[in-house]
Amino acid sequence: MSLKIITKRCKGCGVCAAFCPKKVLAVNEIEKIEAVAEENCIKCGQCELRCPDYAIFVEK
Amino acid sequence: MSMEQIIDKYFRPGRLPHIWCPGCGNGVITGAIVKAIDKVGLDQNAVAVISGIGCSSRASGYLDFNTVHSAHGRAIPVATGVKLADPSLNVVVITGDGDATAIGGNHLIHAARRNIDMTVVLYNNSIYGMTGGQYSPMTPLGSKATTAPYATIEHDFNVTELVKAAGATFVARATTFHTQILIDLIAKGIQHKGFSFIEAVSACPISFGRQNKMGGPDAMMMWQRDHAVPLAAWEKLNDEQRQGKFPIGILYEDTSRMEYTEAYDQLIAKAQGGKK
Repeated sequence: MSLKIITKRCKGCGVCAAFCPKKVLAVNEIEKIEAVAEENCIKCGQCELRCPDYAIFVEK
Repeated sequence: MSMEQIIDKYFRPGRLPHIWCPGCGNGVITGAIVKAIDKVGLDQNAVAVISGIGCSSRASGYLDFNTVHSAHGRAIPVATGVKLADPSLNVVVITGDGDATAIGGNHLIHAARRNIDMTVVLYNNSIYGMTGGQYSPMTPLGSKATTAPYATIEHDFNVTELVKAAGATFVARATTFHTQILIDLIAKGIQHKGFSFIEAVSACPISFGRQNKMGGPDAMMMWQRDHAVPLAAWEKLNDEQRQGKFPIGILYEDTSRMEYTEAYDQLIAKAQGGKK
């Protein structure tokens, strides 16, 4: 498990999904972010860096 | 410390999620401020965060430092008082484009003129977001706003040039897309002794983006990526190439001018004639 998503804080803006180079993330039907292909994560930290809601962290 | 530990350390427990809209850049900038404070290694109790009124200024309520959520446009005067009362404090001012350049415009230029040691972070979302999208002095010419349904005919402030001309000794700009640069610039601003000013270009997808058909929060961040030019590259561009773009990085730095609280201490010593 390299991604930690704090669903309570997520507002589903989709910034992390848009900047993910490996398409790991997607906004689900209840407008929360979800790791749909976590095995592809390269831990680059782009999502963590730009999340306006501190809802996603990369655990290294 | 990991990013998560930094957020847990410097944010008041139980205050998140914050009030800002989905995709609002204010969260990115506030995160950048605490990461910069952590990077510089300041004592949490030796930091005073003063904010004015507006979307951006809500930040002080989430942060676990000595904080004041002051009156509209008056963050800098309150911060000036705090700094003079205890010059050992590291004063950070959080303000918005409307707060700092409209109602607080005079306070901004005079604090810059005095070169008082504080770090002002201006969250520039180009609009008065909280009150429903009225145009501010930093809404770009030709943009639509609730109070400019046919687009604004007013030229916007170039606020970095304004504070530089007023006497600020550290002037920088970054965007929420360039998050790491923003963190580094705020850290440098905190370390600089004198009036430091950092314009953080933020995206307001709800009040500004929607009226100007800029797309969602991700599209607005990509707009920042495409329109911000690092200073070294900016200097090589001609006027035509500069159209619609803006430079980022440290735009001005001057370490020769005396800082205000230092000058004030010297004045006290002089008035007392060396006696105590």
